[in-house]
Amino acid sequence: MSGANRISGWGRLTPAKTARFTFDGKSYTALEGDTVASALLANGVHLLGRSFKYHRPRGILTAGPEEPNALLDVSRDAARRQPNVRATVQEVFDGMVTSSQNRWPSLALDIGAVNDLMSPFFAAGFYYKTFMWPKKAWEKVYEPFIRKAAGLGEAPKEEDPDHYAGRYAHTDVLVVGAGVAGLSAALAAAKSGAKVMLVDEQPEVGGALHYDTGVKINGKDGFTWAQETAAELKAMDNVTVLSRTTAFGYYNHNMIALCERVTDHKAKPGKNEPRERLWQVRAKRVILATGQIERHMVFENNDRPGVMLASAGRTFLNHFGVAVGQKVGIYTAHDSAYEAAFDLKRAGISVPAIVDSREKPGEAVLAQARAMGIEVLTGHAVLTVGGKLRVNSMTVGRHAGSATRKIAIDALLVSAGWTPSVHLFSQSRGKLRWDAETQRFLPGTYAQDSLSVGACNGTDDLQATIEEALAAGELMAKAAGAEGNGKIEITGEAPFSWTGGMIGAAEGAGPDTTVKAFIDFQHDVCAKDIRLAVREGMQSIEHIKRFTTNGMASDQGKLSNMHGLAIAAEMLGKDIPQVGLTTFRQPYTPVTFGTIINHSRGDLFDPARKTPIHPWAVAKGAEFEDVGNWKRAWYYAKPGEDMHAAVARECKTVRDVAGIFDASTLGKIEVVGPDAAKFLNLMYTNAWDTLKPGKCRYGIMTREDGFIYDDGVVGRMAEDRFHVTTTTGGAPRVLQHMEDYLQTEFPDLKVWLTSTTEQWAVIAVQGPKAREIIAPLVEGIDISNEAFPHMSVAEGKICGVPTRLFRMSFTGELGFEINVPADYGQAVWEAVWARAEPMGACPYGTETMHVLRAEKGYIIVGQDTDGTVTPDDASLNWAVSKKKPDFVGIRGLKRPDLVAPGRKQLVGLLTKDPNGVLEEGAQVVADPNEPKPMTMLGHVTSSYWSSNCGRSIAMALIADGKNRNGKTLYVPMADRTIAVEVVTDMVFFDKEGGRLNV
Amino acid sequence: MSDLMQATRRGVLDGMHGGSAVARLTPAAPASRISLRAPAASVEALSGALAVALPVKPKTSASANGRHALWIGPDEWLIIDESGADLVAEAGKSGALHSAADVSHRNTAVIVSGPKADVAINAGCPQDLSLAIFPVGACSRTLVGKAEVVLYRTAADTFRVEVWRSFAAYVFGLIAEGAEDAAL
Repeated sequence: MSGANRISGWGRLTPAKTARFTFDGKSYTALEGDTVASALLANGVHLLGRSFKYHRPRGILTAGPEEPNALLDVSRDAARRQPNVRATVQEVFDGMVTSSQNRWPSLALDIGAVNDLMSPFFAAGFYYKTFMWPKKAWEKVYEPFIRKAAGLGEAPKEEDPDHYAGRYAHTDVLVVGAGVAGLSAALAAAKSGAKVMLVDEQPEVGGALHYDTGVKINGKDGFTWAQETAAELKAMDNVTVLSRTTAFGYYNHNMIALCERVTDHKAKPGKNEPRERLWQVRAKRVILATGQIERHMVFENNDRPGVMLASAGRTFLNHFGVAVGQKVGIYTAHDSAYEAAFDLKRAGISVPAIVDSREKPGEAVLAQARAMGIEVLTGHAVLTVGGKLRVNSMTVGRHAGSATRKIAIDALLVSAGWTPSVHLFSQSRGKLRWDAETQRFLPGTYAQDSLSVGACNGTDDLQATIEEALAAGELMAKAAGAEGNGKIEITGEAPFSWTGGMIGAAEGAGPDTTVKAFIDFQHDVCAKDIRLAVREGMQSIEHIKRFTTNGMASDQGKLSNMHGLAIAAEMLGKDIPQVGLTTFRQPYTPVTFGTIINHSRGDLFDPARKTPIHPWAVAKGAEFEDVGNWKRAWYYAKPGEDMHAAVARECKTVRDVAGIFDASTLGKIEVVGPDAAKFLNLMYTNAWDTLKPGKCRYGIMTREDGFIYDDGVVGRMAEDRFHVTTTTGGAPRVLQHMEDYLQTEFPDLKVWLTSTTEQWAVIAVQGPKAREIIAPLVEGIDISNEAFPHMSVAEGKICGVPTRLFRMSFTGELGFEINVPADYGQAVWEAVWARAEPMGACPYGTETMHVLRAEKGYIIVGQDTDGTVTPDDASLNWAVSKKKPDFVGIRGLKRPDLVAPGRKQLVGLLTKDPNGVLEEGAQVVADPNEPKPMTMLGHVTSSYWSSNCGRSIAMALIADGKNRNGKTLYVPMADRTIAVEVVTDMVFFDKEGGRLNV
Repeated sequence: MSDLMQATRRGVLDGMHGGSAVARLTPAAPASRISLRAPAASVEALSGALAVALPVKPKTSASANGRHALWIGPDEWLIIDESGADLVAEAGKSGALHSAADVSHRNTAVIVSGPKADVAINAGCPQDLSLAIFPVGACSRTLVGKAEVVLYRTAADTFRVEVWRSFAAYVFGLIAEGAEDAAL
């Protein structure tokens, strides 16, 4: 048995197909197709949770995605647990575990409910006013307290074991919503020959036809017609129908984001199935058929479990076969709720009374109610309801203070009318217009290629909806380029035309400042809170919203916004459009982070760029560091070595014997064309026309402002061809920078730039034995010092494959950089290593590279410079041509402040205690005893232990550094002050540079 | 020193395979490639020298004898040759103003083929890959996830995805996930 309240013969679920699930530890039986809400109601469970602020008992208010109350924790297993799941959306699967939230120790007895009694102290704006003083208490007391109390549900701590998918798609016409309007529009568009996507958030199409059983379309039951139409659409090649798919965001240029829930309803998801799939759809035309959402009535205790929307009551009855009570009262301001009474009555449920706030309900529904023997109290209000964990009575009167009558009920269906779902239209930046006659916001001015049809467009009549949708489908298909004939006819009949509706507080909300008549259930905002906000001086709806938090919960005020607006307008004595409407934001309903990132997890989170030599370094046990997206070998520790020992050994070995280093990540740009030298003359501070083919040169690149932007060695391969290298991190932006100048400033130059970073694997062989190591491998190049001196480049072969061989050094040693086509990188590296290893050489990583270059005083752009350092500041003035008439930065370098004395300049620092290694980033001062704030002269940019110097070495940017040679400065640290000596000559090792030229 | 070793070639995707019944992923064979840059005046001479007519219409390509010329930009082409030709030298024989940079090893390629190859690629690529919009022979420099690629449709159900070497594993992995999802 799937619940005592399941009415045999009603609803569309199959009684034979059951599923077991638990709620707060108790086991229940559901039918396949049930939502958690319908299954619990079938079992007579109305109490599902506690509210956010007052911990009031809460039940199920709606039967759809707008649900603000019935938020549960739903899990499949320990790691697959999700808080704040709407019980009205989540379908039951066998084995599902659900539990209520925001209660302790139990749902029925919740200690936090004391907040409800304390509520006079928690008025709207309470946080802003109460936690102002004392200032210190904010950090220590208030904020931790609020953080603990805030938030519904508990996020799982385990990693999400599910996977998610993402897909881009294009379509001619995207139809959002598969009710009568959406299905009609999709059919007309599809028959016109357009490529159509139809999406709907529910498990099956039908929209309002789920509950509106009186409707007939083409002579048959509306819901049946909907399913048949969906089947017809699915069978067409040009149509995609997605169910359980929410269009949650409408972005620029008709880009619509969809979340398809693939497995959340399945007991046993398929092995490869993603939990959810993000669709990013670019549609030529969009048809919005998003329907409307019913509003609740605002009166005292309207949040009691058992009070729910009339359409929800009809859905539970007509679709799920579940009676929401045995004595169901109706409180309405709209005709539609009468039909709920009729349906219930027909199902054998007692309907004690229909309370209608209007004096004149629609005549047809009134007549039908009387004919069915249902008492109708027109011009009456439900002033309050009794019962705490479930409603048990309603107190009815004409108005507060009038004679009242208490009627026993166990559920109350309410309707204040309908709010068109203009969320997506508004997200598309369309302008809404206020329709005074029907008191609702409707699509006004369109901003994108879309059309709204049916209820979301304010079209109430069924046949008018169908015709509007058919016309839109045909029109949009044609606009998207379809040429077929989309003319079709569909006829619909509805038993009643609905009238009525109200917005704002009803009689039962009182003029009172203490009555709890809820408008926003999820954030516990009452009618009185809006009034308080206005009394406190808020006039704009944006201020009122933030003061009261109305509409700021995860349901984004789908039920509450209009009520809040109307109450504010009434208080302010203004028309609703004058008070304004808050902006509709994406997402329409909450979307999981899994869906948003979809494939971008683990290895696919971000590309991990690896060099051709990477596998070798991994096999050798190298540690890696991230440089941009690159993984670079950091150091190669031998067994028992820590990083310090490994780096000290590598540094020593390179200078004593040799080392090999993977420099493949260095940026490379092939600069080709008759004006190549001319172009480089403009991009670098140095002169390039004097560089002969076969030679290379260190170059500095400045920006227009004169500050160092990048550096690197450039080789001239031929008159019209240069091999430019950049820093690893600078490669993309340097190419961009060069391309930018080439296209905008120097478009007349005949030269082209190509990134060749990844074309070449680069093996640096550095150290006294470098030549001996590579000599036998090289063909076609005389690599003797005489024929191939420092800063030479040549093309030839190594290990039988083409190479661009550079004689250059970033270590101050005899060095070669072997460039080979990337796929040969590892083989050539292995060949070099086979020669190097027996000689006692070592592979070294980036840390050793950093130390070795610092021993020679070579800068690293971005470490020793920070975008405010000129070539002169870095003592690189020798690389700035004095003869060139122009280069990027030439004027910047002449600015008065760039040539002023006393600028921060790069100098060496030697600690007085040679064993002490400074911290990079540490500040440098002249007087260690100066009271704080001290005058800071600059900071340490590079600092290492140098095993080759037998002491620590450092570089620093120091104000007027070049005039402080030999002076003692101080580096104040938290626990001590370190004395250092300034040395303007940053070359700490082999000052004469003789080792380069052997 | 020819008695010494001959370095062997190791592609970054060697041995990798993936995908599903509806979209298979295989690494492309090594190929010669150049990034060719030239002004309009050089197009004819270069077409002659390379024996393939350089396309001048966006998103189009031309092929002749296992050689493909892909339009990348108004003055830019990617030339791919499956027979290992020295394309820099061949372009050089044109005598026309141009820049040819060897990118044979900078790029590698993934062949994605099967009835839902387009859906698999659309897991990371925002372009419309329907045959009407992206017909056989169409090519485009575009994105797969965070990586730049050159997409080239070689048959109704086959794409060649040219990608820089160090992004290849990422692109392969992303399209492979797309291929699995496309099979559902």
